[in-house]
Amino acid sequence: MTTFNLTETTASKISSTLTRLRHQMGAPAVGMVLTLVMVVDEAGQYDAVRAATEAAREHPSRILVIINRDPAEPNRLDAEIRVGESSPGEVVLLRLYGELTGHADSVITPLLLTDTPVVVWWPGDAPAVPAQDPVGRLASRRITDARSTRDPLATITSRLGGYVPGDTDLTWTRLTPWRSLLAAAFDQPVGKVESGVVEAVPDNASAPLLAAWLSQRLGAPVRVTDSSGPGLTAVRLDLGGGGRLEVTRGDARLATLSKPGQPDRRVALTRRATSELLAEELRRLDPDETYSSALQQLAKGSG
Amino acid sequence: MTEPTGQADPAQPEAVPVTVQTEPAEPEVAPVAPPAPTTTPAAPVEHSTAVAAQVASVATTEETIAGNPLRDPRDKRLPRVAGPCVLVLFGVTGDLAKRKLLPAIYDLGNRGLLPPGFSLVGFARRDWAHEDFAQVTYEAVKENARTPFREEVWKQIREGIHFCPGEFDDDGAFDVLSMMLKEIDQTRGTGGNYAFYLSVPPKFFPTVIEQIKRTDLAKAPDGSWRRVVIEKPFGHDLKSARELNAITNAVFPEESVFRIDHYLGKETVQNILALRFANTLYEPIWNRGYVDHIQITMAEDIGIGGRAGYYDGIGAARDVIQNHLLQLLALVAMEDPISFDADALRREKEKVLRAVQLPADLATGTARGQYARGWQGGEPVVGYLEEDGISPDSITETYAAVRLEVANRRWAGVPFYLRTGKRLSRRMTEVAVVFQRAPHLPFSKDDTEILGQNALVIRVQPDEGITVRFGSKVPGTAMEVRDVSMDFAYGESFMESSPEAYERLLLDVMIGDPPLFPHQKEVELSWMIMDPVEEFWAAHGQPEGYASGGWGPASADAMLARDGRAWRRM
Repeated sequence: MTTFNLTETTASKISSTLTRLRHQMGAPAVGMVLTLVMVVDEAGQYDAVRAATEAAREHPSRILVIINRDPAEPNRLDAEIRVGESSPGEVVLLRLYGELTGHADSVITPLLLTDTPVVVWWPGDAPAVPAQDPVGRLASRRITDARSTRDPLATITSRLGGYVPGDTDLTWTRLTPWRSLLAAAFDQPVGKVESGVVEAVPDNASAPLLAAWLSQRLGAPVRVTDSSGPGLTAVRLDLGGGGRLEVTRGDARLATLSKPGQPDRRVALTRRATSELLAEELRRLDPDETYSSALQQLAKGSG
Repeated sequence: MTEPTGQADPAQPEAVPVTVQTEPAEPEVAPVAPPAPTTTPAAPVEHSTAVAAQVASVATTEETIAGNPLRDPRDKRLPRVAGPCVLVLFGVTGDLAKRKLLPAIYDLGNRGLLPPGFSLVGFARRDWAHEDFAQVTYEAVKENARTPFREEVWKQIREGIHFCPGEFDDDGAFDVLSMMLKEIDQTRGTGGNYAFYLSVPPKFFPTVIEQIKRTDLAKAPDGSWRRVVIEKPFGHDLKSARELNAITNAVFPEESVFRIDHYLGKETVQNILALRFANTLYEPIWNRGYVDHIQITMAEDIGIGGRAGYYDGIGAARDVIQNHLLQLLALVAMEDPISFDADALRREKEKVLRAVQLPADLATGTARGQYARGWQGGEPVVGYLEEDGISPDSITETYAAVRLEVANRRWAGVPFYLRTGKRLSRRMTEVAVVFQRAPHLPFSKDDTEILGQNALVIRVQPDEGITVRFGSKVPGTAMEVRDVSMDFAYGESFMESSPEAYERLLLDVMIGDPPLFPHQKEVELSWMIMDPVEEFWAAHGQPEGYASGGWGPASADAMLARDGRAWRRM
């Protein structure tokens, strides 16, 4: 991997350095499918970049990382360019100082790949209305993560207020294996669901979303109750004819599916790494309508 | 059985969750499921009622899936997952099982695509217990799986692994198998859904199929399914293909027969359809007005290895051209299907195969060869006739090339050159659409001396992707035009997500989705194309020798040279 540092620089210098590095490496063609912009603080930068670089193996991307530094300092832009073996794409870390911290969009606009989708990801705190954020406005897909905010439950409930088609939240992405398993269980006749419970550690923002989704799709009340974790531990659905459909997972790895009249079955249900979540997000870039309906249901109160 | 379904009628999906939706969740989706028009003949209680009732509670019928309240076409994150089922694998000790099938099952599990309760039954002539087969599977997975090994996924699969020892002609063994499957239905909730994968040489097909019939395993109770998966070769000529099919179809109806041509499971091959029918760029020039000719190549760098017994007497044309290359030809040449469902797709492929015409003179329109001793990739290798188990006067070809035409309005007069061979310079499979030269070049002759023809190349393997070849100006003060290549590589763009062909095909078998499996009609049409060639060759003695590690026999080059063309260099 080659790292290239540019201090007190400009977007056009970064751009020409990128082109020059590409030609030097003998690969002048650009095989990248999207630009991934990350807005992150210095502390969260390392993990987020690592996740994005891994996801880029599936979706070769130009990764632009915006790190806002002290706004009181004189205006200044420092760039760290990484190209090479760790991923098929390119990574540019941009450190912004002074008033420039309020104008990150002016830095990244010239660096976006031409005519390919732009995705913005806020691994930590995100603006209230991501689509109206100066950086968020450049993107067709905006990814947030309620889990990493101070009050995840309040954050996920408030997402509806700022929702614009194209928004998603990783707390929703984390649910895909659960939802997939539950949907598979309903591929066979189950009967009417009367009510349900989702069990999770307190403060798990995914749990109320799952409850909202189930409640809306099944037309039955689904509550969230606390458990000792880790993460989501169970979904229990009471069936009209008596009996229960249950998915329980005590160790965050292997779940057990129980249905009336059928033997218990174990199914792998692992919590996924951030890079996998991100890769799933990048697979489909159209608005996620199911997420939006789940948010609406959540706001209505699923209880 | 606490479900209210377990009454008299096992198939009546009374339990279809027509949720009395208090608030209409999704207007366009909520299928106002009509009271399921299942015309069940007043339920003849065939087996024990317990089994029937159990089947009812796991029946993965179309109506149930359509009525699944948790599924929504707009919810694109949810993958297609197969319903609970048992995969019975005959020939688990074979190379294919170890290298491809068992790892593919694990990879499906790792991607979360295996149904809860999925069970795998191995059947082979080995004195094994369940644990021994599990161990074999474990080793195969460790060695050959594409996705990382995860203990919990293995646990899930391990629970469902069973082994049934026995010979194919041993009635007792199949009775045990039948009992075992019933038991698995009870312990794993697989609901009588069985797929029988015959990874065995075709000579065993009749025996195995007969046993399946004798033990009534092919008959699915209402609400469940039975499928059989067979692999090439589908016969060695039209007659034997029909015989083989008669054996299979006597027991399994055509829609339950899944013929695996693993090429069709490859991402790039499926992408031929996307490339042609999702873009506007190519279709206008995809015809005789612009295309000069098409070359379809499958080259291997290896010899026959340990497959002497199978290969001798079969040869390259039957082994590769009859199935893989003609399927590729069909996909490249067909008209657009009205949809991508199995019927529409197969109809278009059949039309093309029907329109395929052999050259009038088979002596000049075909070529064949047999590899001779030589050097391949820096190693000395023996000739075909010196291979173990090959008779020194064998006339089996290891290289075959044929010039075909497709007699329809789109392709009239455009030759399709198909070639395949073993022990060639490298391993590669590609489809090259070579375009006509520009009608007029406003450059001087010298400027464009080395300009070739434009080409669009679909690289099937290795290094899956697409290459476009076109002329470009050489930088400099002079106007000089030469060929350049522009690559799009899937390997780069969609690497991790692209599943192995067998993963995709196994999943399709379990889901019951047939578009990627050739229909018997296609198999027969392909034999009709190849049979005259085979007959001609059989009557003409020894094939021409060609040096190992080269580009094939001289007669193949001469075949194109007569048309004023040349093969693309491998």
